[in-house]
Amino acid sequence: MPKDHGIGASPKRREDVRFLTGAGNYTDDINVHGQAYVHFLRSDLAHGKINSIDTSAAEGMPGVVKIFTGADFEGVGGLPCGWQVTDKNGEPMKEPAHPVLAQGKVRHVGDPYAAVVADTLEEARNAAEAIVADIEELDPVVDMAAALEAGATKVHDDLSDNLCYDWQFGTDTETTDAAFAKAAHVTKLELVNQRLVANPMEPRVAVGDYSRAGDEHTLYTTSQNPHVIRLLMGAFVLGIPEHKLRVVAPDVGGGFGTKIFHYAEEAFCTFAAKACNRPVKWTSTRSEAFMSDCHGRDHVTTIELALDADNNFLAVRTDTKANMGAYLSTFASSVPTWLHGTLMAGNYKTPAVQVNVKAVFTNTVPVDAYRGAGRPEATFQLERVIDKAARELGVDPIALRRQNFITQFPYATPVAVEYDTGDYEATMAKMEELMDIPGFAARRAESEKNGKLRGLGVNCFIEACGIAPSNLVGQLGARAGLYDAATVRVNATGSISVMVGAHSHGQGHETVFPQVVAEMLGIDESMIDIVHGDTSKIPFGMGTYGSRSLAVCGSAMVRATEKIINKAKKIAGHLLEASESDIELKDGQFTVAGTDKSVAWGDVTLAAYVPHNYPLEDIEPGLEETAFYDPANFTYPAGAYACEVEVDPDTGAVSIEKFVSADDFGNVVNPMIVEGQVHGGIAQGIGQALLENCAYDENGQLLSASYMDYAMPRADDLPHMANYVVDHSCQTPCTHNPLGVKGCGEAGAIGSPPTVVNAVIDALHSGGHTHVSHIDMPVSPSRVWAAINGQ
Amino acid sequence: MYSFDIQRPTSVADAVAALGTDEAQPLGGGQTLIPTLKQRLAAPSVLVSLSAIAEMKGVCTMDDGRLSIGGGTTHATVAAEASSYPALAALAGNIGDPAVRSRGTIGGSLANNDPSACYPAAALASGATIVTNAREIPADDYFQGMFATALDEGEIITEVRFPVPEKGAYMKFEQPASRFALVGVFVAKFSDGVRVAVTGASEDGVFRWSEAEAALSSNFSADAVPAAPSGDGMISDLHGSGAYRAHLVGVMTKRAVAAAS
Repeated sequence: MPKDHGIGASPKRREDVRFLTGAGNYTDDINVHGQAYVHFLRSDLAHGKINSIDTSAAEGMPGVVKIFTGADFEGVGGLPCGWQVTDKNGEPMKEPAHPVLAQGKVRHVGDPYAAVVADTLEEARNAAEAIVADIEELDPVVDMAAALEAGATKVHDDLSDNLCYDWQFGTDTETTDAAFAKAAHVTKLELVNQRLVANPMEPRVAVGDYSRAGDEHTLYTTSQNPHVIRLLMGAFVLGIPEHKLRVVAPDVGGGFGTKIFHYAEEAFCTFAAKACNRPVKWTSTRSEAFMSDCHGRDHVTTIELALDADNNFLAVRTDTKANMGAYLSTFASSVPTWLHGTLMAGNYKTPAVQVNVKAVFTNTVPVDAYRGAGRPEATFQLERVIDKAARELGVDPIALRRQNFITQFPYATPVAVEYDTGDYEATMAKMEELMDIPGFAARRAESEKNGKLRGLGVNCFIEACGIAPSNLVGQLGARAGLYDAATVRVNATGSISVMVGAHSHGQGHETVFPQVVAEMLGIDESMIDIVHGDTSKIPFGMGTYGSRSLAVCGSAMVRATEKIINKAKKIAGHLLEASESDIELKDGQFTVAGTDKSVAWGDVTLAAYVPHNYPLEDIEPGLEETAFYDPANFTYPAGAYACEVEVDPDTGAVSIEKFVSADDFGNVVNPMIVEGQVHGGIAQGIGQALLENCAYDENGQLLSASYMDYAMPRADDLPHMANYVVDHSCQTPCTHNPLGVKGCGEAGAIGSPPTVVNAVIDALHSGGHTHVSHIDMPVSPSRVWAAINGQ
Repeated sequence: MYSFDIQRPTSVADAVAALGTDEAQPLGGGQTLIPTLKQRLAAPSVLVSLSAIAEMKGVCTMDDGRLSIGGGTTHATVAAEASSYPALAALAGNIGDPAVRSRGTIGGSLANNDPSACYPAAALASGATIVTNAREIPADDYFQGMFATALDEGEIITEVRFPVPEKGAYMKFEQPASRFALVGVFVAKFSDGVRVAVTGASEDGVFRWSEAEAALSSNFSADAVPAAPSGDGMISDLHGSGAYRAHLVGVMTKRAVAAAS
């Protein structure tokens, strides 16, 4: 029987009460008395030289408080990059300046070059139209290959070229080449992992506030990690010490990675609030979001897989160009390298794996982490080339994968990471069972009767989550630690506030975290609340991304709760006149072992705060503990996915008839929330596979700048719930964190895109279109039709 | 958006008078105009809302059997009430989403003549008559290219009269993002011949596919649909090439013929 509380239960999400009844408190709901509004002037050119910006006519217009240009920010820092990648020659990556407002040049459509602060937004917009900017159009570089050509126009004139870094990782070239030389078969595939826009439902918002009384700044912002923003903006951009800067990220309506980064608008509002001595608010329009939120993915890759005569994998070699856009965003440099190259071994015992990545500057919106961040790109390449190899060799794609699975753990890959545990055979078998693979032939025949081509696609994946062990990532170039922190504050009556560094922007932490503490203490979950999102209230934790919240911050919370239990047992021992070592805690009662003497949780907590009968000489009053937790390793969720598609050969339309995921997330605290995360992740991955495409034309103009052209997945693009099966019953607990959890937030988005593409290729081959070996995403109807017809 | 005055006349005559002032612009359901205003891409000094004019609303059957739809009638109302012309009701019921269908009007759609809109295909394939405050315009004369119509400045579509065919169907292949018609084909079989109108495909906006009309007039079956037209002059964009759209014209026509009832 399923549990009804604690770890393993699925209580409904308590935060949904406010979200679903309109009672959430989002950043745009925050209005500070006397606030002014900012409107940014954004470049409509991909590349231009700023000759002059004449603000004189605008300055006297109604409501105008102050007008800013890049010159106003010459005395402050630029937006920093948090990860320094070292290239294959030992040189540090190139780090161009990223001013808050453009200085000298504009470098992408949407690059802000001036800002008007006014009493109302309409007045700010009116005044913006009176600003005369003389911006001379320069040739843009949009295509990555063109950007790397000798003599290409430079995005940054002070750099030698548009190459940010040329990175090589994994097995050395001699060993890799030798493996390819002895291969019986080599499969090669060129593919694009297209640029995406994250599109959280809530656009970005920033409200800057400044108090002259205490020389204190407050920034309310739509962030996944308020402490990271405080650190980056305070230390590197504006020079505000931590104790004078508070960053609040209240309810946040989805992040998907794009709200990790420190953005110009945050620094602007904080800076302008002091300069204007008024709170300053910015709310992104959806149009602004398309051209100012960091984009995701945008890799172009050639991958080769070498196999021996028995179809054992010998080597993998990749050559990727990764688009950085016009500037280096906060974690942009780490995505194609440490979050991507380290996963190129996948679930397979391939002895040689070499990854080559060139990161390229172009006149496009900066690119950074987006749900999965590097790991979807790695999985897509590897699982597509394996599928192609199976087809070329005429072997079953499931059998080929199975044959090459890693089966012994721990397993050190050729790409630096050590998988602590896993059971890839178990998830594969579970997937096969749920998909009813033997019944596929009959389903295909039924589709063919209706003039449709049916395809089956399978895929395995692994990800590195629980980001991240600080000592390891420090060696790899991270400029921050990636531990997390929790403070457990027990109140006098026994209720508890847990202050966490993780940030919930849809994940359900407010429900899940209390389940863990309640389980440990044996008290009711309703006695426990989570506090997050405000640097003035929470310990210095690093926020939420990389499927890390429960694995890292949850572990800190466990450690802090263990400290609470230890201290509470001391107090209980005193109250019960017994040795603390004899005290047992069960169901919220402290009992002297082997006796019926006990005190309740509330008696102990009250004693801690009303210490009339208390061992003050031995322990402090109060009951509050903090723990910081730095993981010993990444966690490695893995799974096997499958889907069946129907292709309409007349139109090229693809419909997903069934999708199955069999994931190994280790232990699961709230199954309902895990399933919701996977449902959402798969939907996002299907969006990438079939629909989404952030496209630029050759002039650097954004072609997909609104929902009229950027296709988001909708409910009717997904299979009916009965055919949308998510399973997490295969569980090999993480070996190095106290909860044995691995993280589930990104899996769906990582595992699903190659599953879908593999299925489409399978469908086309069943219809005799055997010349089609690959279709780049999105696998849109027009692309499928063009592939069928050799266009 | 820029500030503007708004008027809400209750009769066609008052609306026409209100539109006589400089920089006045009629506002139907606002499904195109409001987003344009929000982006500051238009700056009318006066908006004349047509939504309070009762005489421009509703669906009824005329004495001669034609279906009359008021220019201010919403898509939702047409979907619910044009039951004597099922293909038209189905078309209206598949425009946009419920919010769009509750605000958008047939007159607004035809006046805007978006090259990917659905209603132009229905009006042209049906041989409808566009009735304005000033005159009656046959559909064959009304559509004059992308976003171009026979309407004069300040002229209001008050009514659209649709001859009801013996058989008809509209097949839309949706553009994946906007869900406008990437290609939409309306087929209408009358006693004196078949009319086929195509939306979404051509750079010149909605058009009649005369080769298909000729073939289907002598043999109204999917097999009779001729080879797809040339891709020359077809829209080519992020969502499909001209050749793909031309191919879809053939596929959607066949499906419309097969579905016509």
